[in-house]
Amino acid sequence: MVKTERHEMPAQAAEIRKHNFNEVALGYTAELAKEEAERCLGCKNSPCMAGCPVGVRIPDFIARVKVGDMEGAVKILNTDNNLSAICGRVCPQESQCEKYCVRKLNLGGSVAIGNLERYVADYALANGLENLCESECNKAGKYEGRSVAVIGSGPASLSCASDLARAGVKVVMYEALHKAGGVLVYGIPEFRLPKSIVQKVVDNVKSLGVDLETDVVCGKTVFIDELLFEHDAVFIGTGAGLPSFLRIKGENLNGVYSANEYLTRVNLMKAYKDGAITPILHGKKVVVVGAGNVAMDAARTALRLGAEVNLVYRRSRAEMPAREDEIVHAEEEGVVFDLLRNPVEILGDENGRVKGMRVIKMELGEPDASGRRSPVPIEGSEFEIECDEVIVALGTTPNPLIKNSMPSLETSKRGTIVADECGRTSVKGVYVGGDAMTGAATVILAMGAGKKAAKAILEDFD
Amino acid sequence: MKKYEILKKRALASNVNEYVIYAPLVAKHCLAGQFVILIVEPDGERVPFTICDYSREDGTVSILVQEVGYTTAKLAMLKVGDALEDFVGPLGNPTDLKEFDSVVLVGGGIGSAVVYPQAKQLKADGKKVDVIVGARNESLLMYVDEFERNSDNLYLITDDGSNGRKGFVTDMLKSLVESGKKYDCVFAVGPLPMMKAVCNLTRELGVKTIVSMNSMMVDGTGMCGCCRLTVGGRTKYACIDGPEFDGHEVDFDEAILRSKIYKAQEQEHLCNLRGNYGKN
Repeated sequence: MVKTERHEMPAQAAEIRKHNFNEVALGYTAELAKEEAERCLGCKNSPCMAGCPVGVRIPDFIARVKVGDMEGAVKILNTDNNLSAICGRVCPQESQCEKYCVRKLNLGGSVAIGNLERYVADYALANGLENLCESECNKAGKYEGRSVAVIGSGPASLSCASDLARAGVKVVMYEALHKAGGVLVYGIPEFRLPKSIVQKVVDNVKSLGVDLETDVVCGKTVFIDELLFEHDAVFIGTGAGLPSFLRIKGENLNGVYSANEYLTRVNLMKAYKDGAITPILHGKKVVVVGAGNVAMDAARTALRLGAEVNLVYRRSRAEMPAREDEIVHAEEEGVVFDLLRNPVEILGDENGRVKGMRVIKMELGEPDASGRRSPVPIEGSEFEIECDEVIVALGTTPNPLIKNSMPSLETSKRGTIVADECGRTSVKGVYVGGDAMTGAATVILAMGAGKKAAKAILEDFD
Repeated sequence: MKKYEILKKRALASNVNEYVIYAPLVAKHCLAGQFVILIVEPDGERVPFTICDYSREDGTVSILVQEVGYTTAKLAMLKVGDALEDFVGPLGNPTDLKEFDSVVLVGGGIGSAVVYPQAKQLKADGKKVDVIVGARNESLLMYVDEFERNSDNLYLITDDGSNGRKGFVTDMLKSLVESGKKYDCVFAVGPLPMMKAVCNLTRELGVKTIVSMNSMMVDGTGMCGCCRLTVGGRTKYACIDGPEFDGHEVDFDEAILRSKIYKAQEQEHLCNLRGNYGKN
């Protein structure tokens, strides 16, 4: 008999995991995966697929898991999505595929599509099946002799590069940092996305024939004009890397980090490890400002480095932009939410170190342009919070390096690169996808854009 | 040649080495005033250094490094033929002194490395250029011959008077201006307190002053904000807005405090390194 309730993924207990950097979600066992797969009704019209930005044939791969045909499941998944080990971990399934599952409301909850995706992808990684895919994605030959430069090595670039390589195009991927993976290596913490998984995915993309050049900053080390000379097309997947700050007094005190800096030190530079060369301050009481996924990542990282963590957010819990899962995880681990509070000033001691934050209480007023009720300060309600470290997680904007080095590339007021829906920019042969085009969004949307651009590049070759 | 191989290494002063690194991609576009970020060993930290010379033909970039912390000490242990783990650049914006006709370059300690390519450039452009080089003592003076060849007047000054006049670069600058020298720009690079002192002086003298900020960095591409500083009341990033700024607008007191963020950790690392080094 099929159990009707959704199988949640086993996870490390909150009390234990808040002291380590190991992955929180432990993955399905074969039994759990099979039982969960059996919950899928295999709807003919597949509403779930409409919610997937890359159109994975969800009922098809789940049907293979159901009958125990793991190779079959891997084949379908790999064909539709070459980064499924990552998507299965970090996609906001509840607002995508799982949102449209017919079981969602009255049939024990949506099928755990993300969990099943992760299970199949991990099976592929563990059994050397990373490149197993349906014949149609191996059309090498047709585009032989073509070459494309891919700038950046985050989700958009990885998916674009692998789709192109699978079509027989020679791809060179240029990365500004010393390691490939973009936000997957510098941003998302180990406990949500182990770097060994990212490394395997990157290695797999390289095994398709993609050359990786690290330490190359586009707009400084090389220029797009040069790349166009050497390649038939250029794809820009440089993300949105510039952190926003609060613009309040005390923001440059010692102990104030952007979430980007904090997470980069911990994730990319491994500052969480004993004996790490790159230093990080270990605050006793850390205040994180913001309530998106990055804020949750920063807060949970600070907890693991031994701090007491408060998260200051100017709206209420209902408006927090982070995934529900991340909010719950943070809460379970002991992050305290100071809601309806807005920082007014960061206070420092005589040595320029953070010693506190002055905040003002807020209340919710009329809905603003985003549809959320806008926060309004309550006059005279300011008070001080004691803290010795502040992490600002208020979002990021696209990096201006490329824009500044290529004036002919049309950009918007927000600094994003203007393109059609397939990623074609104002410059012939130059394509874009991911956060560089849309502004900060999700891994899966970036991947989808990378795939679209790869398709457009191939079409334009024809 | 290996990627990022050390082709030459020469001691310029006590604890200061010049390294010539094989990095053709960096050498291809780099200009005076820009910097690189390097990593010495796997999982090492990312540290910025100003480019002090380059050869596009040979594909080489030169940097000057003073042993002050863990990474610079590790670097000092490397020999010709060894390779760095990573070497990325050129980063930051090049210097632009074109609009000035009479420039005095002021280099303090290791800062002389940064002003040297400017001297070369200004000379090549046929401009009038004076150079003041200061150091704690004679053993820390560097590039004296090179400056001799690439300046109209070279003025040496040491804290202890062991070479040149005794005093600070500000003393030299002040007496030059008082003696009637006219400069339309002071380009000063050195330790933060020195640049601060120069700016305080030139503010009084009313001479435009440009400084190069050597802030701590992680990525060097605007991604982390570690290198931020206040210039004219606004937050700027040394990596993408600089590294050069109008010295009269820079909040040096804040920059000095920020330069000490990791003092304690840095000291601990260095002690560990020295301890391990002694045992080997």
